[in-house]
Order: sequence, then structure tokens, then C-alpha cells
Amino acid sequence: MITKRIIPCLDVRNGQVVKGVNFEGLREISSPVELAKYYSRCGADELVFYDITASSDGRKLFTDILCETARNVFIPLTVGGGINTVEDFDRVLKCGADKVSVNSGAIRNPNLIKEAAKLYGDQCVVLSVDVKRVDGVFRVFAKGGRENTGLEAIEWIKRGVENGAGEIVLNSIDTDGVKQGFDLEMLEAVCAVVNVPVIASGGAGKTEDFITLFKALPGVDAGLAASIFHFGEVSIAELKKEMRKNGISARI
Amino acid sequence: MTAIIDYGVGNLFSLVSSFGRIGEEAQITADKEIIEKADRIILPGVGAFCDAAEKLRNSGLVPVLMNEIKKGKPVLGICLGMQLLFEKSYEYGEHEGLSLLKGVIKPISAVAENVKIPHMGWNSLSFTKGAHPLFKYIKEGDYVYFVHSFFASDCDDSVIAETDYGAPLTAACAQKNIMGCQFHPEKSGEVGLNILRAFCEMKEGAIC
Repeated sequence: MITKRIIPCLDVRNGQVVKGVNFEGLREISSPVELAKYYSRCGADELVFYDITASSDGRKLFTDILCETARNVFIPLTVGGGINTVEDFDRVLKCGADKVSVNSGAIRNPNLIKEAAKLYGDQCVVLSVDVKRVDGVFRVFAKGGRENTGLEAIEWIKRGVENGAGEIVLNSIDTDGVKQGFDLEMLEAVCAVVNVPVIASGGAGKTEDFITLFKALPGVDAGLAASIFHFGEVSIAELKKEMRKNGISARI
Repeated sequence: MTAIIDYGVGNLFSLVSSFGRIGEEAQITADKEIIEKADRIILPGVGAFCDAAEKLRNSGLVPVLMNEIKKGKPVLGICLGMQLLFEKSYEYGEHEGLSLLKGVIKPISAVAENVKIPHMGWNSLSFTKGAHPLFKYIKEGDYVYFVHSFFASDCDDSVIAETDYGAPLTAACAQKNIMGCQFHPEKSGEVGLNILRAFCEMKEGAIC
């Protein structure tokens, strides 16, 4: 049986791992390559690297780090951040990325998903969406969660899948950094409309939050988190054991 | 040395890196002489079947590959590279494969209901004929990483491992020196590296 995936996310800026809490107040942690090797040893099923540098020097450094990671880590790698064109896809795929995640780039250029899916296949294109409730409606936010695009999230995600997105990362801004559990209501609304893998992001504070997630929503395929793994609040190995104990399929 | 055939599909960075990790020499190549000199061959592949089949034919390497296989050189097809070893595929029409193995490529949706497509993630292996030499360093039930929407069906007796995704799907196949895996060993952690390690121990004409 296919397992539920546990995915640590590494935000990388100037060659260092960073974690934003509610997307604000960035703080630096350790070497991305070392952290990636560590997570792979601990049983992470996949890694997400987000490039949050703005400068071209930073971008070059990021791709170097990515290559170094792919030389050392043999689990799937998803790369996001600064993906605006198919050339950006090409740049990170050449460094060993398996999947590429688009967010603001797809909002600016709605054809990006279609073009990339045609070139690299649906399985390669991940649509990452930052969503927040505004007057009771799920709205898509851009620019790291700072700008309301006005787009209705469920429609946006449906359209993304129709255009060829092979996986969805749903990040709830409402629960991100709060550590009170994933946004089950928002996730359920997304799972109801798509037939591609859905990755839950934002809100995990403890092991039980993952158990609750997978038990409540069988349609969710993976749980993604950053700081709780980086700071050792949740151990991936322990989490997997707990999942199995609760009848949730996990790779150990 | 293992020759990884480069016919212009997909990215081979992780694959060649995985050989580096297990201390085995591998070379990405489209050179006939290097392929002939190699101890074993990897046929990689991602994307659509028809596109890959066409590129492989246009590369002019099919006769070279066929000849090396005939000599008994171990060959391992990976993902779409495995699917190309079969007779034909029904992905976007009907397309001819290399017909090295009996079987056809069909959509997973033809046999499994209520599952997400693609089959993407870690799934476990069940051995159908005991532990094939390729599985020398792994055990039944170990997890490997899959990404595919089509699978090899009607494979006669070449299936050596299956995985369960709403229905049993061909995970690996072998017939003498011709082998294939639907999953990505280069993305399957230690288990995947151990499969490549076993493959690298295989020698021309010395496979059961």
C-alpha cells in the first residue's frame, strides 16, 4: 500500500536554511545540504527546498546547493521559489530536482503550468498555494502570503490541476506558525475537488497533529512542516512509528 | 563501468550521482563504443512513451542496445525505460516498444478504481518469484519510490515484483539479462541504492 509521506521543508536564503513564522521575522538555521542528509537518514520521504533569495548571486548559490544535495541525498526533491518561467524549471531540474513547485509565478503567468506540464509531464509540476480566509472565503495570497490576489482558492486549484499540475501543496496562512494543527476544513475543501496528491502544510505543532490529519482526511497524501522538524520538536522517526501504531501506512 | 544511455529524455543527474554514491563508475553516453565497452547498461526514461520511443529510435542506438543484449550484457530499464522494453504502449494512442519482453503498457486507471493518478510516492514490493538477484540486498516489503500513470500488463512470466495500488501493478521484471523497474532506484533511498549495487555485481552472460 502506498504510504503517507512526511516532508520537511527547507527555506533557503543566502545558502542557509531559514524558517519564517507567519512568513515574518526570518531566522537562520544550518547548512541545507547537511540538514537534507540528516532528514534523509531520519526517514523523510521527500524534501522541499524553497529558494527565498531575491538576488542573482543568491540564486546561483541556491542552485549550487541543490546540486550538492542531489549528489548526496537519494530521495525525491521538490524545488520552489522564484519559478517564473520554463527556463527556471530547466535550471533546477538539471540540478537534480524531481518536481518543481510554482506559486506566484503561476499567478502572474497562468500558462506556466500548462507549458511546464507539456514539457516535463504533470508529475513534475506542483502547484503550491498560500490560502487565507477573507470574509469567510478562501483567497489565494501571493508574495509569500503578503498580498491578496482576490482569486478564489478552490477554483484556482481546480484550474491548476486542469492545466496539468500533478500535485497540490496547500499552505494555510491561517494556521501557519500557530502550531495548533493543520487546517482540516481548508484541506477537505481542496481534496473534494481534485484527484491528484494533496500535501498539507501549515499548522503542525506536534506528532498528534499529523495523526489527526491522516485519520480525518484520507484524501491527504502528505504532511509538510519546517520548524518543528528543524528544532527537533517532532522527530520524523518517532512520528512514523506513531503513524503505524495508529493504522496509518508509513515507510519505516 | 555502467553506461547510462542518453537519448535526450529526462535528467540523469541523480541517476549518475547514485552510482557515485555506491562507488561504481557510470557514464552518461550516446556513444556506441562506450556502450559496447560497458559492463552493463541502464536505459532510463521519463515523460511520454511515444516521445521517448521516437527519440530512442532517432538516436540510432537501438541496434547497438539490441546487439549488446543479445551478447548477454545486463540491461536495466528504469521507469519509462522499463516500459520501452515491452511490445507496445497504449499511452496517447498505440506505440511500438522494443519487444524485448512480452507485455503491453496500459493506464493504471484501467485496473484500479478510486486511486489518484499518477501513482506517486513510496510503495512496498512483493516478490513474485522469491528474491531475484536484483533484490539480493533488499527484502520483501521494502519501500521504493514510484511516479507513473501507466504500467506493464500481460507480462507473461517476467514479473519479479509487484506493488499494490488499488490493484497489483508490475514493479519490476526480468528475463535473463533483461531487467526493468517501474520505480526509481535513484530516488528510493538506501533500498534503491542496494538494488543498483546488486545490478552492478552482474556480469555479461552470468545471470540466471
